[in-house]
Amino acid sequence: MLKDNIPTNSDANVRLGTLQPGARGIIIEIVTANEADMVDEADRLREIGFAEGLDFEVMQQSPFGQDPIAVAVGGMTVALRRRDANLIIVETL
Amino acid sequence: MTSDIRIALVGNPNCGKSALFNALTGLKQKVANYPGATVERRTGPLLDNDTIELIDLPGSYSLTPRSPDEEVTRNILFGTQENEAKPDVILCVVDATNLAQHLRFTLELKSLGIPMILALNMSDLAAREQIQINANKLATKLGIPVIETVAVRKKGLEAIKTNIQNIIADNEGATIDTWDSVAARQKAARQLAADVTISEGIGHKTSRTLDKIFLHPVLGLIILFSLLFFMFQAVFSWSEVPMGLIEDGIIFLQGLISANLSEGFIASFLSDGILGGVGSVIVFLPQIIILFAFTLTLESTGYMSRAAFLMDKLMASVGLNGRAFIPLLSSFACAIPGIMAARAIANPKDRLTTILIAPLMTCSARIPVYTVIIGAFIPNTTVGNSFVGLQGLVMFGLYLMGIVSALIIAAVLKRTIAKGKPTSFLLELPKYQAPNFRFIMVGLIERSRLFLRRAGTVIMGATVILWALASYPNAPTGSDKPDVYHSFAGMIGRALEVIFAPIGFNWEISIALVPGMAAREVAISSLGTVYSLAGSEEAIETGLIGMLNGLWSLPTALAFLAWYIYAPQCLSTIAVTRRETNGWKWPLFMTGYLFVVAYMAAFITYQLSSALIG
Repeated sequence: MLKDNIPTNSDANVRLGTLQPGARGIIIEIVTANEADMVDEADRLREIGFAEGLDFEVMQQSPFGQDPIAVAVGGMTVALRRRDANLIIVETL
Repeated sequence: MTSDIRIALVGNPNCGKSALFNALTGLKQKVANYPGATVERRTGPLLDNDTIELIDLPGSYSLTPRSPDEEVTRNILFGTQENEAKPDVILCVVDATNLAQHLRFTLELKSLGIPMILALNMSDLAAREQIQINANKLATKLGIPVIETVAVRKKGLEAIKTNIQNIIADNEGATIDTWDSVAARQKAARQLAADVTISEGIGHKTSRTLDKIFLHPVLGLIILFSLLFFMFQAVFSWSEVPMGLIEDGIIFLQGLISANLSEGFIASFLSDGILGGVGSVIVFLPQIIILFAFTLTLESTGYMSRAAFLMDKLMASVGLNGRAFIPLLSSFACAIPGIMAARAIANPKDRLTTILIAPLMTCSARIPVYTVIIGAFIPNTTVGNSFVGLQGLVMFGLYLMGIVSALIIAAVLKRTIAKGKPTSFLLELPKYQAPNFRFIMVGLIERSRLFLRRAGTVIMGATVILWALASYPNAPTGSDKPDVYHSFAGMIGRALEVIFAPIGFNWEISIALVPGMAAREVAISSLGTVYSLAGSEEAIETGLIGMLNGLWSLPTALAFLAWYIYAPQCLSTIAVTRRETNGWKWPLFMTGYLFVVAYMAAFITYQLSSALIG
């Protein structure tokens, strides 16, 4: 579903959905593409607690197929599927 | 002051809103029939002041609804919800340990122009995490009163009351939302939180440590399945003593009746009709309480959403997502709160599928049915040298059959009538908390009351009607058959036997299925009534379990169990499905498909086990 043409700020940045448990870093950007439902998707991520500048840690992944993942972000923990997590561009430590 | 003041309690999910509501209203709250966690409409007087009504709105992340649940919140706040006036005051609840995140919704709520008070909740947890917030500065910046609250310790409750009275006197409207996007509002909220936070704290280490264990791919699954298995074993072993006491009580009352009343119409009505029928259902109250205590505890500690995380992929394989796991787990207690909890599922197709398979989860009304049959036909031994009881194992198997069937049916539905886009899964995993005793008690009292009320109304009514049908007309003299065989109920049963004979049901079972349409457990009270009227005194003393063993063949008993995994025999479930899907189409579909599957399952079970056992 996700195409590679989503803009990122730099090549060093990676998508949250590609990371393994234990990975930590900082959220750089939440991608808002032009499609209407993608904007909505980014807003949903913001509403549940993702924001630029927040620390994150990938806590665990699902026993089945390694998807979804549980991500500690700010003071909370959010479970989401890798596909959705790919809208979040991060910089790993 | 004539008109009541209405205060809406609004906040993000997991901000401690429900606990605060419980603390503010005490046990005086009114709940519509079957509440989920915060799904149902809950109201109550503010601290015993009957002129101020508090209404607990479903937890929401914003005024842009993502689910039917959040839509209710939005509609009420906009004054567009049917039969629901716009609230006079908003009591906005934010978690002090998650201020930056929760303030975004507060800023959005300010755009409504309704007078507002902010409850800075769980301030004790914030203190423990060494978070320090300047509440006065926050109040100044927001231009509304800010009160630090701790629901469990009743801190800040009086202050809320005082401020609400002041704000109504001032009639102070809130300011306008000046942010035009979620991102901008989020930025403003984070800035505001940073401005008023004196110390950021050390974070909730315990939750992270626990999540490493509970969400672990191997360990987490082992814990989840152990918990479920332990729960079902406990439902049986812990309830033995109280159930014995209730049974003794019923026998004692029946003894009183036969000792003090001459044999005849009234004695039979009281002893066979009321005590025999209703009593055989009431006896299951301990099991139902234990089951609800487990689900409420899991909910209260925050474990429920971890289970949803672990099960997401499995649910995804049949086209649903992990969120559906929570309504389905509630359905083990009762399908009705389960079906209502499905409102939290954003995707309409997913929600429909979840509703349609919810009745396949073994609800507490099936416990009486399963227990009686298992008690009568499955020996009470352990498997090998283990501690695992054979009866418990059969019970577990029945639960498992329900789950597996539900998944298969969900997969079929999602590929046919509920086909749609692949869904996403986005769920906050709240901080772990010690189980909230008050939350569990309120839930248990509510559910026990509902169960007893059902036993006193629907079940009693059905039993009384059945008793009348089963008692008249009397048998012709010289008949070698029991009286009930010649009664109206006997006639109905014999007519239905034609349909049910291929699945091994005799005419007594066929009779019991008719009133059993009202609610599943009625079938047991009906069997109690039918056999009590047909049987000898000795048979009554050994109870239904002892009787059935001699009267049914094993294949019949197994077919009866198989039938009950599927049969949609609960009018309340059908009614709530109609309400939740806005029409008769889906409840009729659900009833139809479940009966077909029930008949097929019972047929296969009966024919197969008859062939094997011979």
